[in-house]
Amino acid sequence: MATVTAVRRGLNLRAVRHGLNPRGAGFWTYAALVAVLLGSLFPIYWSLVVASHDNDAIASVPPVLTPGGHLFENITRVFDTTAFGQAMFNSFLVSGSVTVSVVLFSTLAGFAFAKLRFRGRNVLLVMAIATTTVPQQLGIIPLYILMAELGWTGKLEAVIVPGLVTAFGVFLMTQYLSSAIPDELLEAGRIDGCSTLRLFWHVVLPAARPAAAVLGLFTFMQAWNDFFWPLVVLTPENPTVQVALSSLASGYTTDYALVLTGTVLAIVPIVAVFAALGRQIIGGIMSGAIKG
Amino acid sequence: MTSVRSGPRRRWAYQLDVKGSPYLYIAPFFLLFGVVGMFPLLYTAYVSLTDWNLLDPAREWVGPANYAGLLADDYFWNALFNTVSIWLLSTVPQLLAALFIAHMLNRRLRARTLFRMGVLLPNVTSIVAVTIIFAQLFGRDFGMVNWALDLVGLDPIDWQAGTLSSHVAISMIVIWRWTGYNALIYLAAMQTVPEDLYEAARLDGASQFTQFWKITVPMLRPTIIFTAVVSTIGGFQIIAEPLLFQAGTGNPTGGSDRQFQTVGLYLYEQGFSMYEFGYASAIAWTLCMIIVVMALVNFAITRRIRSS
Repeated sequence: MATVTAVRRGLNLRAVRHGLNPRGAGFWTYAALVAVLLGSLFPIYWSLVVASHDNDAIASVPPVLTPGGHLFENITRVFDTTAFGQAMFNSFLVSGSVTVSVVLFSTLAGFAFAKLRFRGRNVLLVMAIATTTVPQQLGIIPLYILMAELGWTGKLEAVIVPGLVTAFGVFLMTQYLSSAIPDELLEAGRIDGCSTLRLFWHVVLPAARPAAAVLGLFTFMQAWNDFFWPLVVLTPENPTVQVALSSLASGYTTDYALVLTGTVLAIVPIVAVFAALGRQIIGGIMSGAIKG
Repeated sequence: MTSVRSGPRRRWAYQLDVKGSPYLYIAPFFLLFGVVGMFPLLYTAYVSLTDWNLLDPAREWVGPANYAGLLADDYFWNALFNTVSIWLLSTVPQLLAALFIAHMLNRRLRARTLFRMGVLLPNVTSIVAVTIIFAQLFGRDFGMVNWALDLVGLDPIDWQAGTLSSHVAISMIVIWRWTGYNALIYLAAMQTVPEDLYEAARLDGASQFTQFWKITVPMLRPTIIFTAVVSTIGGFQIIAEPLLFQAGTGNPTGGSDRQFQTVGLYLYEQGFSMYEFGYASAIAWTLCMIIVVMALVNFAITRRIRSS
């Protein structure tokens, strides 16, 4: 389908090129954009190149620019050297549970804020939104004290529980649901004797699906890529992928092949998600829904 | 469903459902958020007024002493200078480049989705991975950047060792990661600019650049303010890049002479390698205040971009 659209666009382009549409892209625009594209891709490509060579190749002048045959050997080494398998599993567990929870609780709260009338609604909503602008680092010390009190330092709970809800998610779902669901639909449901919980289940959840997908996607990527808090609260024995990666890179080692193989392994899941669902991600950013 | 309920009782249940259930729906958020979000925020203020070391059970109330200590702390001022320097070196080129890329993406393009995905890819990869890759690219002996400099006849640079050179390298990481993201934000805003403005300008013989400068930029003012403020908030919190740029040690000092230690990194050093929680909390609050002030200044400056 993408090809069809591209072809059609191409035809349009040709039809309007002769003086009618000066905003069509010329050679230099394409040249510049291709340069930007290559610049964006190169560091990732290069890490793949290094990851597929042995260490001797790294120090060669001029540098090697094509993939070699050592990728699987290097991957084996990464899993032997560090708790990378454990880290991968931990990251999936953390990102998965955080995503499910954020989407569910954000939709619940968003439904209440967007469609239900109750005392204190506006004040509570403003409070929630206001906190999205506060830097995360401000609360990091007391949060650590709290986790230590609970005996959770070094455990995955310490990373999962603080991520279970986000004010941003509530804000996003409130915005979306207030326009996506007509009030009449909810009233009709009520007249038929639906409780609000049934309304939530049968009307709100299906209607929330597009926004929930974008929120879920972003939450997963953010949780997968999160580094600072896991670094503070977890140990190298029970890390997430990002923490494992950082400890791999910060040993007294110049084993570039090993480090960059780890890097490739940490990027692969997120790049796969991006390749499959990039349109939604771009749509989410372009609709101004996603900040920071 | 049970239909045997009596009338009054059913009405009562209905009332309870309508009046009470909203609180149930927002409760999970506020309970969790209160404990892991709001409480730490407020508690930081208290901790910052104590002499609280994790390894020392005595926790004395010291009032504003931590803040006074901070003002006389050379390492803090050094970190603040580094943060501002890296923030300026990364934000200004980043937003300018994003504007031009968005302008190009806003034309009629083949392979539109490919270009958009391409510029966004750096943003979805993790900071850790990206920083490790860039630290190797900017390596002194085998780094590709120095190899490229050599090709054009320039001397290699020990990127990590110098103040300016390390700031430039770290800024490159930020620029690489965030330019495409901001370009997409600008692109979205550009698509709402009415086409007839450009047509009128073309009739008046305005060049592409004039159209860009006199129409696009003024129309994008609110979006530019938004991205500038967001980049400022993010830029002042930078930690991971300077932490991981110092390859091979995992030290939070930001280089052997603290030449690229940011405020965020100094907070991390005080909190989690010295365990001085009181002092680190004072840094956190000070940093927060600086961010608020900078965001406001930023807002005021960007608002002054002339509209035609």
